[in-house]
Amino acid sequence: MASVALSEAEKVYIVHGVQEDLRVDGRGCEDYRCVEVETDVVSNTSGSARVKLGHTDILVGVKAEMGMPKLEQPNEGYLEFFVDCSANATPEFEGRGGDDLGTEIANTLYRIFNNKSSIDLKSLCINPREHCWVLYVDVLLLECGGNLFDAISIAVKAALFNTRIPRVRVLEDEEGSKDIELSDDPYDCIRLSVENVPCIVTLCKIGCRHVVDATLQEEACSLASLLVSVTSKGVVTCVRKVGKGSLDPESIFEMMETSKRVGKVLHTSLQSVLHKEESLGPKRQKVGFLG
Amino acid sequence: MAMEMRLPVARKRFSESLGRETKKHLVVPGDTITTDTGFMRGHGTYMGEEKLIASVAGSVERVNKLICVKALKTRYNGEVGDIVVGRITERRRSAEDELAMRGFLQEGDLISAEVQAVFSDGAVSLHTRSLKYGKLGQGVLVQVSPSLVKRQKTHFHDLPCGASVILGNNGFIWIYPTPEHKEEDAGGFIANLEPVSLADREVISRLRNCIVSLVTQRMLLYDTSILYCYEASLPHQIKDILKPEIMEEIVMETRQRLLEQEG
Repeated sequence: MASVALSEAEKVYIVHGVQEDLRVDGRGCEDYRCVEVETDVVSNTSGSARVKLGHTDILVGVKAEMGMPKLEQPNEGYLEFFVDCSANATPEFEGRGGDDLGTEIANTLYRIFNNKSSIDLKSLCINPREHCWVLYVDVLLLECGGNLFDAISIAVKAALFNTRIPRVRVLEDEEGSKDIELSDDPYDCIRLSVENVPCIVTLCKIGCRHVVDATLQEEACSLASLLVSVTSKGVVTCVRKVGKGSLDPESIFEMMETSKRVGKVLHTSLQSVLHKEESLGPKRQKVGFLG
Repeated sequence: MAMEMRLPVARKRFSESLGRETKKHLVVPGDTITTDTGFMRGHGTYMGEEKLIASVAGSVERVNKLICVKALKTRYNGEVGDIVVGRITERRRSAEDELAMRGFLQEGDLISAEVQAVFSDGAVSLHTRSLKYGKLGQGVLVQVSPSLVKRQKTHFHDLPCGASVILGNNGFIWIYPTPEHKEEDAGGFIANLEPVSLADREVISRLRNCIVSLVTQRMLLYDTSILYCYEASLPHQIKDILKPEIMEEIVMETRQRLLEQEG
């Protein structure tokens, strides 16, 4: 993770501030920074989203391609994640520096989606055992300002909401060979239901309390963090601990309760923003990168 | 708990929001400024093929016969006498150094110092030969572009709102609680690690957010502008200052007050 050097006195100041529920930028321990979400920013993808959380900038593109289903799940499609930590984000990511972090984030994404209810994979099946839709989700880290996992999970959910998969029909002729026909109308698509797609809430332990949405400076003061993946109904799908420090079982319990509370609010805000954006229709002003 | 998600809004051009009649003459490196050879060339320009060409990206400033280009965003160029705030990244590894200095200064520490000399390659040598310089204790660091820090007589300010600020010429702004006693026996190298009171913390956080808003709106940073911005932000909650609409409102008020004060 990109790290920033801090003096002892600065760290002490941050830790004491967290104890009193007043962080350096005036937020409380459970407050998020202002989030900006925009979908459909990359034109040649099936779905895309860009999320800005403070100084963290993430771009996600989803491409739907036809492939062979996996042997163990012949009636389902699947998702493939790839995370690219661009050297734009911080000089540490130059060359192969960002590969470790990229694989770590990709593995976390695989784990949180590794259950039956996050995404309806059966809807991605075209022909059992022969054809299915594979969704390649590519995450690009443009700027690193702390709290990467949260921002990436929000962007992935927004991109999946925005994904339009072309509708296909399977035609069987007399000999039994199957043909796949693509609809003529380019706007005839199926959309995915992202109701149960989880979002990650990262809780960093600073002193005796934990904070949500830590900046780079706060992450440098925290020895242990908990990544909790929560759905919109408050169901926890996956928990992961990062960091060298240790966590008390009681504080883990408290952190999970906080994450469920915070996660539900996160999901409601995201749903309302995505629906608001969709209601603006195709004529909405796209801001993109040069706005 | 607070959570706000919004759709992005296109940025407004600054000249529209300021209502300026004369547009700034913006140039990029390689642009011709003028073909009139009667002008003297200043910083950011060079003479080539009978015309004056810009070497940096910025706005053209003209003072009588002198033309220079003021860069919008530049790396810090040291001048003798500048106050800088810096972080120790690396140190000489010799035996005497280990014995003597490590007790006082470690890697990652912040210090305030004055520029003593500038070398031809741009490197500067610093000195802390006064009790007001030295290691910095508890506080908040804000990094801004060096071009936004106004050159003034003094860069150490004790603001009446209850905190002190050091405006480093290199763009590092240090906000810290005003020390109660002015006498520093140790000469500023022993840091005070006692908890800072909540009231002081609120002032420091508010100042930090005000400075970030001023910087986002590309306003020059000096004690008066920071103070006016602080006062304009008082009706709002500290964490709301960073919301785009509130930031614009506060900076607009600050700008008006500064214009009234000048005019």
